[in-house]
Amino acid sequence: MGKKPESTFINMVSRLFAVVAVAGAALGFVYMQTFDVIQAAKKKKLETAIGNVVPAFDTLITYKVMPATGKDSITFYEAYANKELVGTAIATYTEKGFSGVFKIMVGFSPDGTIINTAVLEHKETPGLGDKMDKKKAKWSIQFNDKNPKTYILKVTKDGGNVDAITAATISSRAFCDATQRAYDALEAKGGKNE
Amino acid sequence: MEYIVIIIAAVFVNNIVLAQFLGVCPFLGVSGKVSTSVGMSGAVMFVLTIATMVTWLIQHYILNVFDLQFLQTITFILVIASLVQMVEIILKKVSPAMYQALGIFLPLITTNCAVLGVAILTVQKDYSLIEGVIFAVGNSIGFGLAMILFSGLREHLDLMEVPAGMRGVPAALIVGGILALAFMGFTGLA
Amino acid sequence: MSSQMQNFTKGFIKENPVFVLLLGLCPTLGVTTSALNGFGMGLATMFVLVMSNIVVSLVKNFIPDKVRIPAFIVIIASFVTIVELLMQGYMQALYESLGLFIPLIVVNCLVLGRAEAFASKNKLWPSIVDGMGMGLGFTFALTILGGIREILGSDSIFDTLLHIFPVDKDGNPITMIAFVLAPGAFIVLAYLIALTRKLNK
Repeated sequence: MGKKPESTFINMVSRLFAVVAVAGAALGFVYMQTFDVIQAAKKKKLETAIGNVVPAFDTLITYKVMPATGKDSITFYEAYANKELVGTAIATYTEKGFSGVFKIMVGFSPDGTIINTAVLEHKETPGLGDKMDKKKAKWSIQFNDKNPKTYILKVTKDGGNVDAITAATISSRAFCDATQRAYDALEAKGGKNE
Repeated sequence: MEYIVIIIAAVFVNNIVLAQFLGVCPFLGVSGKVSTSVGMSGAVMFVLTIATMVTWLIQHYILNVFDLQFLQTITFILVIASLVQMVEIILKKVSPAMYQALGIFLPLITTNCAVLGVAILTVQKDYSLIEGVIFAVGNSIGFGLAMILFSGLREHLDLMEVPAGMRGVPAALIVGGILALAFMGFTGLA
Repeated sequence: MSSQMQNFTKGFIKENPVFVLLLGLCPTLGVTTSALNGFGMGLATMFVLVMSNIVVSLVKNFIPDKVRIPAFIVIIASFVTIVELLMQGYMQALYESLGLFIPLIVVNCLVLGRAEAFASKNKLWPSIVDGMGMGLGFTFALTILGGIREILGSDSIFDTLLHIFPVDKDGNPITMIAFVLAPGAFIVLAYLIALTRKLNK
């Protein structure tokens, strides 16, 4: 072990540069090593979310659709088993959440009935609004097997069929809004995709 | 209108200290007196706004272009650290009076997670440059508001009779908790 | 060896980085909505702490004094990014719930503080021990804090329901929600600091 190098300009610049170069190279290496794993993990997460809301499938057709209302596009995942459409999972969103935007996945059967819903990401209040997540409460099960053609996607307070979460009406309304957005887009698309 | 929503959300609803827990160290560390909190808030506002601008440009014109997003953390912190140094040097030359007021707080800002936090949040929220700057200003106002309110309360707290174990930081934290509770009243506003 | 042991155990109560030294409070308050989050954050920070302590103590004679802080920051930021990439690949759920606070390990005063105050002045082995001790102390503090908040605010611990609280008509526990929200973080930490003071007396 030598003595500490003097703080001359050359010393400072060259040695700091060496540290940065080594750090950069190390990071690049780790990034390349983990790249595939991260992509696979992301894909798996998405597929699990889709698998939760539609029946078992073997092929998936993905495309984006611009909904009639709202700023962003929503994503359709059409699930096929033996070349037959078994359901459509739609990654939709709402801007009306208590803490802004949140995203959910809604699965529809080919006739437009809701199969199941899943929360993708949200910032709603823990203990109140986050009960829309199945991991926290059973609230969102009431949407299952309902067809929005006859089932009004509004909380009872607004004249709809949905029982709001106690003390979290705004989150419940927003959840309905997101589901409605997905259903409207599905209806607008109709059967013309065949 | 959109800009006003960003500011209100940043100042009250998602207050950077009381709701997001960024910049808690200076919030507890230098909030003993109102005058020092004003100085600290000024310095943070200055650095935070410039840092958000510079990091936004780097993210969009260097990291995104060359697909180097994984270097975000390391570049941002280096930018902030050098920016703080530069601000210190420039301020000393240009405005000695301002340097007198803010100087001692500047070195502390590098490790203030509010600055790095807001820079990363701006990128995550996909803001445009103008929205990003407004978001940064809003957050600095939020930081200042929390700091100054808190230091005002602490000045009074010092004169109170507090149980021995709770004296100092624990009592201050309880006050912070009550302040956070009060700020929760703003949720849902924007 | 006894001094090594002391070096290691001091982080738990006597010099606990959170309860006594009051370092790294942002993640402490921000992520401890559950015991698991606190534990995960603690481990991530410990990894960065130990690794950066190792590297800093190895290169301390290579770096000129005047640029040591920027060099330390580069080293720490690299390890933070490595943790970030690893968690993104292998522990996605935890990565998402910790969110912004992972890159913010860089500005955790605890990590830079130990690099500057300990690793830059000591040999390799003591630096590792110091990093482990401080890291475990940090993890311990975050897990306790997260655990208390989770029990009071969600009626569960490590995501397992405890059924301590009464339930409403839908079977959801009626808990003290404020404890998983921002105010609870401040208040629980206040009492834990007061308790540590009592124990250290």
